[in-house]
Amino acid sequence: MSGDETTTTPPVLRVRGVHKSFDGTAVLSGIDLDIASHQVVVAIGASGSGKSTLLKTINLLERVDDGQIFLKGDDITDPRVNVDSVRSRIGVVFQQFNLFPHLSVIDNVTLASRKVHGVARDEAEAEAERWLDRIGLRAKLKDYPDRLSGGQQQRVAIVRAILSKPELLLLDEITSALDPLLVGEVLDLVRDLKTAGATILMTTHEMSFARSAADHVVFLHQGVILEQGAPDAFFGAPTAPETREYLSRLHAG
Amino acid sequence: MVISLVSTVVLGVLVWLTVINTPGWAAVQQAFFDPAVAWKFLPSVLLGLWLNIRILFFAAIGVAVFATLLAIIRTLRGAVFFPVRFLATAYTDLFRGTPLIIVLYLVGFGIPALGLFPRLPPEVWGTVALILTYSAYVAEVLRAGMEAVHPSQRLAARSLGLTHAQTLRLIVLPQAVRKVTPALMNDFVSMQKDVGLVSVLGAIDAVRAAQIGEADTYNFTPYIVAGLLFVIISWPAIRFTDWLTARAQRREQIGGTV
Ligand SMILES: Nc1ncnc2c1ncn2[C@@H]1O[C@H](COP(=O)(O)OP(=O)(O)OP(=O)(O)O)[C@@H](O)[C@H]1O
Ligand SMILES: [Mg+2]
Repeated sequence: MSGDETTTTPPVLRVRGVHKSFDGTAVLSGIDLDIASHQVVVAIGASGSGKSTLLKTINLLERVDDGQIFLKGDDITDPRVNVDSVRSRIGVVFQQFNLFPHLSVIDNVTLASRKVHGVARDEAEAEAERWLDRIGLRAKLKDYPDRLSGGQQQRVAIVRAILSKPELLLLDEITSALDPLLVGEVLDLVRDLKTAGATILMTTHEMSFARSAADHVVFLHQGVILEQGAPDAFFGAPTAPETREYLSRLHAG
Repeated sequence: MVISLVSTVVLGVLVWLTVINTPGWAAVQQAFFDPAVAWKFLPSVLLGLWLNIRILFFAAIGVAVFATLLAIIRTLRGAVFFPVRFLATAYTDLFRGTPLIIVLYLVGFGIPALGLFPRLPPEVWGTVALILTYSAYVAEVLRAGMEAVHPSQRLAARSLGLTHAQTLRLIVLPQAVRKVTPALMNDFVSMQKDVGLVSVLGAIDAVRAAQIGEADTYNFTPYIVAGLLFVIISWPAIRFTDWLTARAQRREQIGGTV
């Protein structure tokens, strides 16, 4: 928090030349990406193109082999960085199994506030109740996750992620495991977060959502960003043959 | 309901009639089921049982702590932890294979003979021996439970910013314990009986009190008294274990728990 805020505010996320391979197989081969505050960036690409791996390197669940990642200007790929404190600045929701089955809804959503950020239980619960109210699940506060539908579970997981006021929200195919009927309610919540000013990097196969809600779309192919742009331009006139093939296969399937 | 009651009563009466009509019954009744002897030694056996209960209490706490530690060490990953992981594995293998009675003799007579510790009553060493042996069993049960916790639970916990230790304590261990509660309860029930073995070290527990009574009267009734008392104290835990196991099976049949 130094310097002239209006001209030198760093982007929330800056990824520079990130490489990652598993057992000699390159999965990310030089990724560059900037996400400004309040921006929603959607990453798309075929299965195995490296989308989840990219999100995991940002969250430090995987360490990069080469390159740098900056979170609000802090180099989080520096080996001396405190991993837990970086993670507490980033919210994550995965495809499934996000919630802890042995904790009630309210305990799930307040866990990080209480245990990581040291917020008093009363205060954490008051804030959590406001959010659960907003997503219509206040009545389920004391229930255990197995009593919720898949869509409700994912919405609770999103609320849990944002309750610790992350600087960046990573959403990895959060609707892929859901019954099609439940996809809408989850994506509506993401839209609400965008309106509320969240900064989001997400992967999804829901192209209509990407088109209507994203500020920027990136297409990953074999570990590189092959094409990117504003959604209208990206979906309206994709240039790379791989992008066209991927999009047409989605429409066909 | 009525049928099962009637058939139980009929079976009971048949067994009873068979037993009391065996040629040796009168002698056996005299040597094992003498009410006067039972009444006479009930107080001393009860007093001994109180020692068993105290040993059980401390042993259970000791096992909970030590076994959890062993289980955690065995699930640590990474080359740095190889030596401790190896030690913990060797420990559990060794103590799971050694009969408790041998551990009791080694700890109860061996350690005091070293002269390192002030004189302590034999029940203390008995408790230590129980902890050493049962921790090996319980650690294995807990480890299986920890490995059954879905890996994504750790990921979810770590990505919330919880530390490794918090993840273990708040997420992995509670789920692991729930998964293996029936097995843990089984170990507890068998430890409830095995506390009677500390009598071999000379601690005046229920079994030893019964032995004293038997030596005094040449009558085995005090052992029956002690045995019945052991059954009575372990009965709630046995029923509870059955109930838990049945519940776990029902849940599995319903399937699909996250
Ligand atoms: N921990 C790992 N060890 C080895 N290989 C891995 C690991 N994680 C990912 N990979 C490999 O890296 C490649 C990219 O995986 P990633 O999960 O990033 O793809 P994705 O774009 O998210 O795919 P999907 O759309 O199926 O989720 C895959 O070939 C995968 O097998
Ligand atoms: Mg993925």
